[in-house]
Amino acid sequence: MSDASETIDELRAKVTDNDLPQWATDLLLIAAFVAATFAGFAIVGLLTGVGLNETVGFMRLVTFFAAVYALVVLALNLHWGYTGLFNIGVAGFMAVGVYTMAILTASPDGSPAGLGLPIPIGVIGGMLASGLVGLVVSLPALRVRADYFAIVTLGFSEIIRLALLSGSLRSVEVGGTEYGTGGGSGISYTPVDSVIPWLLDVPGIGFVGDQFFAIGEMAGIQSSIIQSGLYTGVLIAFVVLFYLFLTRIAYSPFGRVLKAIREDELAARSLGKNTDRMKITVFVVGCMLMGLAGILWMGSQSRVNPDSFMPIVTFYIFVALIVGGSGSNTGSIVGAFAFAAFLWQGPRFIRSIVRANVDVRSPQTVYDAFLELASGDPLPMLGYVIGTLDELRFVLVGVVLIVLMIWKPDGLLGHRKELAAATDISRRPTATDGGETDE
Amino acid sequence: MSDAETNVGSDTVADSSARTESAEEVTETTGRRTVDEPILQVDDLVKRFGGITAVDGASFQVERGTITGLIGPNGAGKSTTFNCITGVYTPNEGSVVFEGTDITGRDPYQVANQGLVRTFQIARELPEMTVLENMMLAPKNQLGESLWRSVAPIARRDVVEQEEELRERAWEMLEFFEIDHLAGEYAGNLSGGQRKLLEMARALLTDPEMLLLDEPMAGVNPSLEKKLLSHIHELQDQGYTFLLVEHDMDVIMNHCEHVIVMHQGTVLAEGEAAEIKANEEVIEAYLGGEV
Amino acid sequence: MSTGHGRGRLSNLTPQEVVGGLLLAGIGILVLDLVRLVVTGELPLGRLWSYTWNGIVDSLYIGLAAIGLSMTYSILRFANFSHGDLVTTGAFSGWTVAYLIGGLGVADLSSRLLLRADGGAQPGSVGMDVLSAPIAILVGLVISAIVTILVALAIDRLVYRRLRDAGGIPLLIASVGVALALRYLIAFVYTTDTRIVVASPPQPELPAAIQSVVPMETINLHEATLVISALALIIGVHLLLQYTKLGKSMRAMSDNKDLALITGIPTERVIFATWVIGSGLAGVAGYLIVLDRGQITINLGWFLLLLIFAAVILGGIGSIYGALAGSLVIGLTINLSLVWIPADLNEIAAFTLMILVLIFKPDGLFSGVETA
Repeated sequence: MSDASETIDELRAKVTDNDLPQWATDLLLIAAFVAATFAGFAIVGLLTGVGLNETVGFMRLVTFFAAVYALVVLALNLHWGYTGLFNIGVAGFMAVGVYTMAILTASPDGSPAGLGLPIPIGVIGGMLASGLVGLVVSLPALRVRADYFAIVTLGFSEIIRLALLSGSLRSVEVGGTEYGTGGGSGISYTPVDSVIPWLLDVPGIGFVGDQFFAIGEMAGIQSSIIQSGLYTGVLIAFVVLFYLFLTRIAYSPFGRVLKAIREDELAARSLGKNTDRMKITVFVVGCMLMGLAGILWMGSQSRVNPDSFMPIVTFYIFVALIVGGSGSNTGSIVGAFAFAAFLWQGPRFIRSIVRANVDVRSPQTVYDAFLELASGDPLPMLGYVIGTLDELRFVLVGVVLIVLMIWKPDGLLGHRKELAAATDISRRPTATDGGETDE
Repeated sequence: MSDAETNVGSDTVADSSARTESAEEVTETTGRRTVDEPILQVDDLVKRFGGITAVDGASFQVERGTITGLIGPNGAGKSTTFNCITGVYTPNEGSVVFEGTDITGRDPYQVANQGLVRTFQIARELPEMTVLENMMLAPKNQLGESLWRSVAPIARRDVVEQEEELRERAWEMLEFFEIDHLAGEYAGNLSGGQRKLLEMARALLTDPEMLLLDEPMAGVNPSLEKKLLSHIHELQDQGYTFLLVEHDMDVIMNHCEHVIVMHQGTVLAEGEAAEIKANEEVIEAYLGGEV
Repeated sequence: MSTGHGRGRLSNLTPQEVVGGLLLAGIGILVLDLVRLVVTGELPLGRLWSYTWNGIVDSLYIGLAAIGLSMTYSILRFANFSHGDLVTTGAFSGWTVAYLIGGLGVADLSSRLLLRADGGAQPGSVGMDVLSAPIAILVGLVISAIVTILVALAIDRLVYRRLRDAGGIPLLIASVGVALALRYLIAFVYTTDTRIVVASPPQPELPAAIQSVVPMETINLHEATLVISALALIIGVHLLLQYTKLGKSMRAMSDNKDLALITGIPTERVIFATWVIGSGLAGVAGYLIVLDRGQITINLGWFLLLLIFAAVILGGIGSIYGALAGSLVIGLTINLSLVWIPADLNEIAAFTLMILVLIFKPDGLFSGVETA
């Protein structure tokens, strides 16, 4: 991890050698980090014989997950990084958004039936529902201690998941139609990425889209892959929107009060700040963003069930935020990408490398693997490790979390001066120097 | 003790009638209030924690434009009184009237917005924010504290404009306290004395009528202390009122016009510094009690 | 986070008291309704008894785990999210040893060592019940405590000791990391498959004398083992806390760490004892849960964690007796609530109770009553 940290410092030194505003250099920094990582994977992939198609597919997955994680991590950063609200019920707020969207947009003939409303209404409805649940949670919970707040939010998230899972809400008859959550088998709905073909019909966007399809055709890539690639493009557009929105909050008096709440709430109150109101506002806004992020995450699928919202999902988000550095929006995106590339998809890439080079078969148990290792054949052990990589990945995530908390609690980009003001307060302007740029 | 109580009691009756009168005057004059009305009036304040009564019927008043000292041995209830006045604690009984408004039991932010701002015994700087960020937090009525104004494209212009004004005021205040060279430093990296200065500078940026300073000189070196005291006098000349809790008797005796002595949760004595110095009960409380 | 600015000077009731009153009223109504259901015969007594008995069984293993969580919460000052996986550690280590001993000569080493990860060694053919393999199961019980203690001490040395002064939230996050690493290391060895490892429990008929007191005809010997072991351990902890110097130090530290430092109680020694007692009981809890339920999974402790937290919070964090009382409330809640709500909503009832208590009565349901 320290390697990555150094790389980032170098990159930052390179891209900050000019007079661009901080958010612009930060976006460059993120782009450079992503490009460097992908170049690295491409070189390693090609040299080790993984093959172009698999490497490209891997990058596509990383990009998709990085974008999805970035959305949620940015929202969590608003809660925890900025305001110090230790919300570990993220999965629950995402679930509310996705399920509301699903019920609003699902076909009226489906089972369970939905309202059959257009996708944009479903998305907005989902966000509003998440915000509403956030409001209900925040009103009583904001007065309790940080660690109690954590348990309260986790409890709420589990209540939401268990309620969605329960038989009682699976199917409720209203006016002769069976509505409901579908219990464990979930609910099917209109996928959000069906807006892509619609988008392609819009004149300007359609033209750009056509170019992508044309280029794809030349390179011999199927149009369905291009289409899902375009959905990832939509996700990235949302990441940029989230980033700009949250950066504007960060560089404003509102963001300054949020930071003050995180640092010392009583001090902020004693300076006349109504911190309760601002905490509720920020909690509701963050929950709406979480709901939207959930909707976009599930957007390329057509069915959702409660298993997607286990508490562990919340902890992935936390790991990504801590890797990047809580309190920094740029760090949130870097962390989301690093998590997706190195912790989440990275081990699978290693598996591809191993499988491309060694003919491994996985023994049934670790005992058999040890027996063969003792008899001088390390390959079965390697095979077992590769076979259980999905489990070992969690061990890796856990160890990274521990290591970060002990040696680098600020993550890659935390603890840097992102001054909370709507104007440049890093130096004193001379008397004649009036007009400052926005941000 | 019983003497002190009757003393305080009779004061209270007289003062409360005086307050009603002056309150009427305020409504009539609508603007600057009469000078002889006390800016802060504390009556029969009681605060209990479980079985312990930390403040037991304290009553006093602070005159406008003065530097008033609040002294007393450890455990006399000074800090608890401060916390009750500023809304950190809700008193069990009694009332706090500031500028003719009953602020008893109000939230700290409401008290601060009334113009009564405090500092803390252990400075509560915001450690992972720079000194200038700390300062710019303080001013009241910031447009940008509304979420939509901070984010919406056109409304944000007014926010940026106001921020530029605030930045200038913050710099001026930092210069006044001679800590402008630290503007870009994280507040957590400041020395104890510098934090005290920052906290006071920050409190002043809220445009208060009155400042409550909880041990402003604790941990401040002598040269800084001198500077801080001269700042306080300068600010007094500008019309600010001060109430300070302090342990250093020299500071109290040489710089406060009026001194209130608390002991075991009640007001033992009050008067001019010289009177207090000569008061036997006070000497008894300090020497005989737990100093 | 709270700055203690409670209102309530105007009305004499604080929100806490109002909600506390409503909670009590709600419980009162439910009790009355329970009486009504029994009197009208809608709820047979036998069913009420089996709910209650299940509630007691559940509360005992939750209680064993809750003691440790409460102790680490109050003495080490953080919410330990890896406590559930200590429960899992105890379950896997204990049953591995029970299989090694009990299956000797019956099943091959691989299936015994990995708790049937390869599908071999049927619990029935190995004779994994308390009558067929009492020694193996008893040794397994002891080993489950020992291994869990060693694991907890190793984790403390590697992780938590380095973060002693870091504050509650960094420690909480680190404990999430520990939870993940520990659980999936277990999964690496034992696989993620859920499997039956205990044979069906012997159910002898109860003596007529007992049958006349309780409405039960037979007794599940595995449940009986759980109840007896848990009660014995709880009494042991009680004696330790009340009558030994170490126990008194621990109670002092759980009240006030700074005070304990001044009065010279060896802090690290108390922390050591905290882990030994807390994780030992957690390990035994995991082992006994498997004995009762018959099956084992790597998510055993993790899924139980929030219920354990609920018990600790209900009882008031830091109070060991409170944690036990809280466990009883939780155990009875998740079982007696079945009278009114379907089974897949019972945990919702428990979590709702936990959240209400955290918000309105953060010192626990029994605050005000002097406990440990």
